[in-house]
This record gives sequence, C-alpha cells and structure tokens, in this order.
Amino acid sequence: MIPELGHVALIIAFVLAMGLAVVPLWGTVRHDIAAMNMAPSLALGVTVFVGMAFALLATSFLQDDFSVAVVAANSNSLLPPIFKFSALWGNHEGSLLLWVLILSGWMTAVAYFSRGLPLEMVARVLSVMGMVAVGFLAFSLLTSNPFERLLPNTPLDGNDLNPLLQDPGLIIHPPLLYMGYVGLSVPFAFAIAALLGGRLDASWARWSRPWTNVAWGFLSLGIMLGSWWAYYELGWGGWWFWDPVENASFMPWLMGTALVHSLAATEKRGVFRSWTVLLAIFAFSLSLLGTFLVRSGVLTSVHAFAADPERGLFILIFLALVVGGSLLLYALRVPSVASRVSYTGVSRESLLMINNLVFTVATVVVLLGTLFPLVMDAFSLGKYSVGPPYFNAVFVPLMALVMPFMTVGPLSRWREDSAKRWLHELLVPGIGVLVAALVLASLGSDGFNIWIALAVLLSGWVALGVIKDLWRRIASAPDRELKWRRLSPSFIGMTLAHLGFAAVVLGAVVVTQENQERDLRMAVGDVEELGGYRFELLRLGQQAGPNYLADQAVFEVTRDGQVIAGLVPEKRRYFASGQIMTEAAIDASLWRDLYIALGEPIGENAWAVRLQYKPMVRWLWLGSLMIGFGALVTVLDRRYRSQTARKPLPAAGVAGLAS
Amino acid sequence: MRARKFIPLFAFVLLAGLLFRGLSIDPTALPAARLGQPFPPFAQPELLSGDEITDAALTPRPALVNVWATWCYSCRVEHPYLLSLAEQGIPIYGLNYKDDSVKARDWLEQLGDPYRLNIVDVEGSVGLDLGVYGAPETYVLDADGYIVHRHVGVLDEAVFSRDFSRWFPVGATSGPIPAAGGGL
Repeated sequence: MIPELGHVALIIAFVLAMGLAVVPLWGTVRHDIAAMNMAPSLALGVTVFVGMAFALLATSFLQDDFSVAVVAANSNSLLPPIFKFSALWGNHEGSLLLWVLILSGWMTAVAYFSRGLPLEMVARVLSVMGMVAVGFLAFSLLTSNPFERLLPNTPLDGNDLNPLLQDPGLIIHPPLLYMGYVGLSVPFAFAIAALLGGRLDASWARWSRPWTNVAWGFLSLGIMLGSWWAYYELGWGGWWFWDPVENASFMPWLMGTALVHSLAATEKRGVFRSWTVLLAIFAFSLSLLGTFLVRSGVLTSVHAFAADPERGLFILIFLALVVGGSLLLYALRVPSVASRVSYTGVSRESLLMINNLVFTVATVVVLLGTLFPLVMDAFSLGKYSVGPPYFNAVFVPLMALVMPFMTVGPLSRWREDSAKRWLHELLVPGIGVLVAALVLASLGSDGFNIWIALAVLLSGWVALGVIKDLWRRIASAPDRELKWRRLSPSFIGMTLAHLGFAAVVLGAVVVTQENQERDLRMAVGDVEELGGYRFELLRLGQQAGPNYLADQAVFEVTRDGQVIAGLVPEKRRYFASGQIMTEAAIDASLWRDLYIALGEPIGENAWAVRLQYKPMVRWLWLGSLMIGFGALVTVLDRRYRSQTARKPLPAAGVAGLAS
Repeated sequence: MRARKFIPLFAFVLLAGLLFRGLSIDPTALPAARLGQPFPPFAQPELLSGDEITDAALTPRPALVNVWATWCYSCRVEHPYLLSLAEQGIPIYGLNYKDDSVKARDWLEQLGDPYRLNIVDVEGSVGLDLGVYGAPETYVLDADGYIVHRHVGVLDEAVFSRDFSRWFPVGATSGPIPAAGGGL
C-alpha cells in the first residue's frame, strides 16, 4: 500500500507542477493578479507531494519491502539503517526523486524569500522552475518509476547496496551535489524571466546573485566530498580522475564560477548583461547535460548509472526543449544595443572579464575532452579515450593564467584604475612571495622543484592580494565598530573563497609532486620506511561487520621511535553480493597523510600492501571547504535582504501588489 | 549583428545532434575495422629482459594479449585469474600500457607473472595502433596471428567461458594449444 500511495503522491505533484508551469505565466500575459498569486502556493504544493513520495519510498527502504523493485535491487535486510536510507539515492530511480525533491525545495525557497520582488517576476521565475519540474517528474513517472513492484515474485532478500556506496561520505555527497546542480536552475529561471519580461537591467542580477552563490557553494562542497570519498574509498589514493561523471559535475562548477563573477559586474556596474544571461543559461544547461551523460549510457564511466537508451532519449528531448528554447528566446529577446556603461582596459571590469574568459575556455576544454570519444565514435573514426594527460595539459595552464589576476581583482577599482597603483600596492610583497617560493621549493626531498616554486608563487600571490585587501579595509577605518562593518559577509565570503582556491592549488601541486608510494609484499613483523616514517606490520586478523567479513592488517607507524599511529587497513567481503572492497587506513594531518591499502593476500602470512605518503593532500579539501562556505557566507549580506524588502524597484510596476 | 545572437543556439543544435547519434552507439563495442586484422607491427623493449621484440615474438598462438598497468585498479582484480589461465597453459602476452617499468617489474615480482613476455608501451603507441582505450583489455590472437576478439574490462571465469573458450578448448593442460577452432 505504501508504494502505491507514493506513486499517487508523485502523480499529484506532477499535476500541480503542470499548473505551476502554466497558470502564473498565463497570468503575466493576461495581467491576471490572482493567477500570478497562485505561484507560491503551487510551488509549495509540489514540494509537499514530492516530499510525501520521498518519505514513502524511504519507508519502503527502512521496512525492507523487497516487493519494491528499487529496494530489492539496492538494499538488504542486513544493511545498517542509515545505509538503507541512503540506498534510496544510490540508484537511478531514487536519485531522480531526490533531484525533484531538491528542485521543489529550491522553488519553495524562492517563493518564500522573494516576497519583496515584483509579482510578475516571481510568477515568471516560479513558472520556469515549474516547467523544469514537469520535465523531471514526467521523466520519473514515465521511464523510471521508483515505486515499481516485483509482484508476485517478491524476492526474500535484497541484492544489497553497492559496497562502494556504503560509506558516510556517500550519504551526503549526492544531496549536496544535487543542491548545487539543481540550484543553478534558480539563476537560470531568473534569466529566462528577465528575457520574457524584456527587462535585462541590473535588478535581475541583484536578485539572482545570492541564489547563484548558494548553489555554486553547494556544488563546490558536493564536488569536494566526491573527491574525498574517491580518495579514501577506492583504495589507491587518487583524488581526481577526469572521469566523465566527475566532469559532468565539474563543468557546471566552472561555468558557475564565471557566472558568480559576471553577476558581480552586472549588478554593480550594469556591464556584460547579455553575457551574464547567457552564462546563467549555460550553467544550468551543463547541469542537464551532466544528467544526460550520467544516465543515458553514451559514455563509459566507472560510476555511470545503468545505461538505458530510452531514458537517454527522454532526457535528450527534454534537454533540447529547455536549452534550445532558452537559447532561441535569448536570440530573439536579448537587446542588440551594447550597454552604454563605459570602463577602461585597466579596471575591475576588465579583470572580471579575464576571469570569465578563462573559466569559459576551461569549461569548453573539459566539454571537448569529455565529448571527444563520442564525436569520434559518431563519425566512425574509431574508439578513443581522453585521459588525464589531455586535461592536465590544458587545464593546469589555464588556472595558472587566471591566478595572477586574482590578486589584483579584489584590490582594483571599478571603471578606471591605473597599473601604476597596482604596482605600488603589490611590488614589495610580490618580491617577498617570490623569495618565499624559491626557498620553500628547495626544501623538498629531491632538491629544487620548479612546479612547487610556481605553486607557492601563485598561491602566495593570491593569498597576498586577499590579505592586503583585508588589511587595507581594517586599517583605514577609524574605529572598531566601523572596522567590523567594513568586513561585510560578502567580503568575508570572497576572501575565504579566494584563499581556499589558493590552498587547493597548492595542495594539488604539492601532493602530485612530492607523493611517495610503494607497492610491497609485507609479512607479519616486516618493517618498511617511507617518507621518514617506519611502518611495521604487527599482526593479521579477521573482524566481522554487520554485513561483511573483513581481513585486517594491524600496522604501527613510528617516527624517531615515537608512535605516530596505529593503522588497520581492511579487505572486506560483503555477504550479499560477494564483492570485495578495499578499506584503506589513513592517518590524516594538515601537512601529510599516511595511507595504507591492502592488495591481495600472498601466501599464509603476507599481503601485497600499498604504502603512501601524501604531503598536503588535506589542503585540497580544506580549500574546497573554504570555497564552499565562502560562497554560502555571502548570502548573509544585509545588502540582499534590505534591497529586496525595503526599496521598491523603480520600474517594478506591480511591486506593491506582491504578497 | 542579429545573426550573432543565434550562434549559441546553433552550437547547441550541433551538440544535440551529436548526442542523439551517441545514443545509438554502444560505447563498449569493438571497432569492426580492427577485427580480423593482424596484430599491428611494433618494435618495443621487453619488460623483464629489456631486449627489443617485434610482433613476430608473439608465438605460440592462439594466445591472449592482455593490456595492463600498475595504475589500473581493475588489473589487480583480474591478475589472479590471469595466473590461473597461465597455469592451464594458455599463452598470455602482456602489453604494459603507459606504465612505469620499474613499478611494473615490482608488480610481477610480488603478484606473480602470468605473461610469456611483456611489451613495454610507455608512450601508448602500440595501444593506439591496437585501439586500446583503457586497461584492462584482453584480445584473442588466433593461430594465424589475427585479432579475433576483444574484451574490455576485467576478465573472469564467466566472461572467459562465454566469449573465449571457443579458441581455448577446456581441458587443455600445458604447452601450445592446438589450433582447433582458431579459424572461426
């Protein structure tokens, strides 16, 4: 009964979403205030019913109802309850439901926080989001029904959740990532609403800016968690693979990075208007493209969902309607006149333009690399794979190119600035960073390392600009209260994110350059040295988990006679699937990780073991956390709240009618 | 001026066309052109001896050519099965693909060596000629040295008995396998 109720709830949500897509938009055409006013209630209605469907599916998982196909395929009675719950989104059907739930959550949030906005704008934005919801709900109901039953041949027990996914990181990774993916639909909806309304002024940029920041922040956190999970769960210590599915989430992030910066210029100065609209469309389009790539099976990948051409065709048609329709609307409605706002070549506008250029090129580069095998295949030119060498060769220089400008950006002035002033501000500290880079890069194990020197130089340079800016703001304020007020949340957020970016770059380069690893055969009592640490294999044992049996190796790590850590890597065999999983043991710290993973048993008392010494690998994730939280912090800025609530916007004819 | 605004739309239509074409392609299928051709000629070092070897060294046949690397996690999974195939007397030639030869030698020393010989392909040029797009991959060379089958991904008992056994009849013990069925 529960699955059927869930199915009905999903159908009701679909009908309400249809209403949301049509009625408020029709209201804006007919100037029907009642119709427009229905938008928030309809959005809430969709959320309630999708939420019900989600809760009912979760109930089926928790109650081990193996008559439901997705439960039988992805859960097991022995699975710990928390994983039974997260198994809901460890598969195509359930994760799609999570996607729709998060989309409706965003709709409701927009409806709630946009009460101060012109009614027509709210109605258009929510209708556009409603259309997206209609598409995904139809996708769920027509091709991927999560409530499908296995009757009368109900299995006695389930197939179990893929052991790779039985991990705390994977409980929160998909929801965070989807928050980001789906959140990009908000700036998209604002952009489309602005095009529909024919008013591409700075106000839509101001309204969509906090939403963009939040979505982009969640996307950063989601990607970070994915990388972290791959690092400790896949068992070989890699943290980024340029896998098509990773690229699918990375492309919207890159485009979102450009959008976040372009919106700043559009809001503050009214420049790049058409470009910003285009970026908003592209960022969400790439989210949809990612969905298509992951779920259609056109590309092979380690973590793609099961290939299904029928689903692929559905998303492709949906993609064509949404993206094609938006770009057509863009072509027809975007004004031909260039904005009259002027700025010189040496100004913050120009620096933001460089940011936009670099991140757009980076997106295209990743897109080309991801789709290249498909292109060659489509023209029967052979089978190819594009691997890390290509991506590293084109991506790393691009990031190196943008970093020198990141320092100047926050210090620069709008409209017109002078290179002389920049030089004056940055020359002395710049030389300091250069010296520091040369010294630090010589400290490594194999003498001077040019890549580390460059990384320290560029990251130090970015950090320097940020700190200099921070200092300038505080030092010039006459009293303490003003000092605090000058540190607005949006300034703090930007500072955090830029520092985080520098930390990621530094961590990535150092761990790539100075990583030490060794594959060894180790028997009980064997001792190995790596990176100045002494690893001793004390004993072997076995340990039973709730749904697996683990072989364990107990290591003691010492340095200069002092015990640093006891590490217990495992090799687990899961009962239900018979799958074998490597569970690496990691001693983490800010400056280095020690990483032990078990390979295969060799004889009675020995194992093939991989030892790794990974300096500064944590900086990758700490930096990403800073980027993500930095983006989230910016929305606390009073500017956004007061502007929407207090100041009725000049051209907003119906602003007073907004409820 | 006006036409410029249609550029994004035009670019997207091209992309959508490509994706549509992509839906009808199986990404794991072997390119038909490669089937039925001789193993591409090469002259590369051998992993353990360091001597230069050519395609003429790939005897006896029929045999398996296994693409592997130490950076490839699935290769580790597959390795014990390759050892058991080698024990049954099936000749396996390795293509050590885009790998560090020192690590590769360590690997064979620790995990056991199922290969009759190993082609060192640091640059990936042999792999390119062969159409490799990742490791592990396993090819079947028939008695005349023609490529007759390709498997992408981990080779295990089930895959072998389904797709490979017609070239390697069950019960073969040691030495070169008779060319029975090799001409299929």
